[in-house]
Amino acid sequence: MAAGTAIEPMTNVAAVEPATQEFAAIVEAHRLQIFRFLLASTRDVDLAETLTQECFLKAHRNWNRFRGESSPMTWLMRIAINLEKDHWRNRRMQFWRKTKTNAVDLDEASEWLPSGERTAEQRILAKEQVARIWKVVDTLSGRQKTVFLLRYVEDQELGEIARATGLSEGTVKAHLSRALGKVRAELRG
Amino acid sequence: MIDRDKFEEMPNGQEKQAELRTVSKGTEEDVRVEQALADFRASVRNWSDTAYSRPRAAELTVRRRNWRLAAGWALGCVLATGALTGGLVEHQRHQEAARIAAQQAHQQRLAEARQQTRQEDRKLMTSVDNEISQKVPSSMEPLAQLMQMDDGETP
Repeated sequence: MAAGTAIEPMTNVAAVEPATQEFAAIVEAHRLQIFRFLLASTRDVDLAETLTQECFLKAHRNWNRFRGESSPMTWLMRIAINLEKDHWRNRRMQFWRKTKTNAVDLDEASEWLPSGERTAEQRILAKEQVARIWKVVDTLSGRQKTVFLLRYVEDQELGEIARATGLSEGTVKAHLSRALGKVRAELRG
Repeated sequence: MIDRDKFEEMPNGQEKQAELRTVSKGTEEDVRVEQALADFRASVRNWSDTAYSRPRAAELTVRRRNWRLAAGWALGCVLATGALTGGLVEHQRHQEAARIAAQQAHQQRLAEARQQTRQEDRKLMTSVDNEISQKVPSSMEPLAQLMQMDDGETP
């Protein structure tokens, strides 16, 4: 009896510890990627940080329900996409969305191009093209934008994007095609 | 359009090129778009890396928030106290004015009452005088005549 009572708490701790460690490892591995996607979607550093925190909080609360049907990254990305959608859908935020936003403007967003081994003229041209892509991203619908960013910023495969967004691969391809058409038209000038 | 089976077999980079080809005509343009997309990706990653590794000022923010909260509360308290005090002073002033007005009205009523009483007394005395003078007894008539005569003689 005494041995039983001594062993029981140790078993609980042993069960909880690996799960916590596993989740901590997932946070460590995917936090930057989730933050990057949210930053690209919102162009607002503070909002992206807040939504990233919320994403991992939500993931932590539902960690027991994660059955490994998709990769943790896909699961987290799905949560992040929903959070971002909910954030703008939230009626309470509509007023503030119109009046106050910390999102940087398109020119500022395109200032982050690494200099690399380019001439000054090439850099200016590249910045201008990046600004044009931001301009197109700004005009895309919510789904098109998500699909475009997952594909061309996060480098995700079509199947992964489909699982993260809950769309079929065909729909993902169609959204990508439309978004690319707009980018091409914009770059053509 | 490209063959779907071939599309799915391709590695990620080739897949993207195939996507580009679905909406493009010239290879030169493809290269330009591809380069622009690569720059866009590099730009977002650079921005994200910089923002992610920036020093956080959480404590400072909390302190500022606390300070702002305290200032807000203090200002709110001052405004509430001011409004309450103002209301009380105004109420007191009203009461004082009403008391003075009531006092004045009371005094005026008293004065009017006194005046009325005086007038009534005067009327009463006059009527008493008249009645008394009319009711002089006839037995006193000679005495009254004598008094009138005396009045006539005196200079």
